[in-house]
Amino acid sequence: MSDKKQFMFLNRRAPYGTIYAWESLEVVLIAAAFEQAVSLAFIDDGVYQLVTGQDTTGIGMKNFSPTYKTLGDYEVRHMYVDKESLEARGLTADDLVVVPWEDWETEETVDNIVEVVDSDQLAELIEQSDVVFSF
Amino acid sequence: MKFAIQVNEGPYQHQASDSAYHFTKAALEKGHECFRVFFYHDGVLNGTRLTTPPQDDRNIVNNWVELAEKYDLDLVVCVAAAQRRGIVDEGEAERNGKDATNIAPRFRISGLGQLIEAAIQCDKLVVFGD
Repeated sequence: MSDKKQFMFLNRRAPYGTIYAWESLEVVLIAAAFEQAVSLAFIDDGVYQLVTGQDTTGIGMKNFSPTYKTLGDYEVRHMYVDKESLEARGLTADDLVVVPWEDWETEETVDNIVEVVDSDQLAELIEQSDVVFSF
Repeated sequence: MKFAIQVNEGPYQHQASDSAYHFTKAALEKGHECFRVFFYHDGVLNGTRLTTPPQDDRNIVNNWVELAEKYDLDLVVCVAAAQRRGIVDEGEAERNGKDATNIAPRFRISGLGQLIEAAIQCDKLVVFGD
């Protein structure tokens, strides 16, 4: 597809409290269906979206966190996590979901597409993107 | 340049819709194109014709409608976000058994694919919100 673009989704907010994270995920799934090159970045409170062991029973909301683990199946190739945001919240990569990826045509596999990057790398990744969504 | 605009916040509570309107209007006046304006999250609330601000305040919904009439703008409200927030056109009312509609003229309800298509077709997507 000649008009394939690099899509970058910036996820900046906690998974609950506002609807941004959930409705962002809906856009990601549609973008992947359009066969675009989709990457996600998790910044600020957005890093909480990937934390394992979420339990929403006390707030009466749907726990949509299992969806993140399946994003590799939707052709999402990169999920970047801002290192400073993680550290500021006392989190490490061990607290985050593991998202495997496989190219069905070439059978190339990646064990985990979640990658911790520093702010310089993130700035470069955003710069390289054709379309930047901010949620 | 060909722009696509995304509005993520409702009218009055937040300046996003005003800023998006002023940006779009200025771009069109300068001869740029606007492929589509897509309303998402609470931004869908910009698409109700029942909005009635005080007379000495701007009418944000009407501002969009008038701009759309002048420049034949495509104003699209996300269907999933609209269903959650009660923005209804005739098709949606029929499908979901609702007894009224409130979509403003020149607005239409459609899917998220319209946002992705706009992002693919445009030179630059500009997102308005927090």
